[in-house]
Amino acid sequence: MKSLSSSSRTLRKLPRENAFYFFTSIGNYTGVSAASLEEFIEKIKEVNVKSLEFHLYRGDFQKWADETLEDRELAEKIKNLQTLKPVGDALRDQLYFMVSRRFEELKRQTL
Amino acid sequence: MKAKTRGNVLNDLDWRILQTLQENAKQTYMETGRRLQVAHSTVHDRIKKMEEKGIIEKYTAIVNLEKAGVKYITAIMTVFTDPKESENVAEKLSKFEEVSEVFTSLSEELLIIAKIIAEDQEKLHSFIAHSVAPLPGVLRIRTSIVTKKHKDKMLLIKRGE
Repeated sequence: MKSLSSSSRTLRKLPRENAFYFFTSIGNYTGVSAASLEEFIEKIKEVNVKSLEFHLYRGDFQKWADETLEDRELAEKIKNLQTLKPVGDALRDQLYFMVSRRFEELKRQTL
Repeated sequence: MKAKTRGNVLNDLDWRILQTLQENAKQTYMETGRRLQVAHSTVHDRIKKMEEKGIIEKYTAIVNLEKAGVKYITAIMTVFTDPKESENVAEKLSKFEEVSEVFTSLSEELLIIAKIIAEDQEKLHSFIAHSVAPLPGVLRIRTSIVTKKHKDKMLLIKRGE
């Protein structure tokens, strides 16, 4: 379990340069970005599913969760999802469910 | 390319000197003079004047990176921008050393087209994701990696009729 301050840190609003920018392939930016974990959950629902596949299998989500959000546990969960090799809407649903659940956990820790 | 001029900025000899310099900027005043059948001192004076006026901006070397053993990829990046931020985006892009050329274009939307040189695809992506996408006003980005270069030559100018 994370401390109150580290949970708040993971849930904080990020500056533009640390936001997550969704691409569908090398150099092709969708115009969708997320500057917080909460926003990231929203964007999982709407972004092109190709973008989710592109980033999951490059390890970008895992890296962002670990290095930018500073949430090792979320990064581990994403890494585990990668090993299951989901694609398409199954990937979208599983990622959404997993990240939402982690978000709720963190929010509870800050109460 | 035939150049149409405004007023008499350059005379016929100036245009001929510019043409010979564009073919080979390393040739001496003597060689240029011989070729154009004028005195080398005349060539010297005309070139100095064009340098002072900024018509000749600089002399540079065109390096063949492949022959120099440099591993690199070239990509053409199209950046769709908010019209209000377009100039700022173009200006910021121009400052990155990975970006060698920047153009703005107005088709259906306001676009910025830039040529990028990077070591490999991963560095290219990292540059676009971390330096270009976060710029205020960037709406979307499309990037094409060049697979083969068919022509890359500076246009030689000729005086218009």
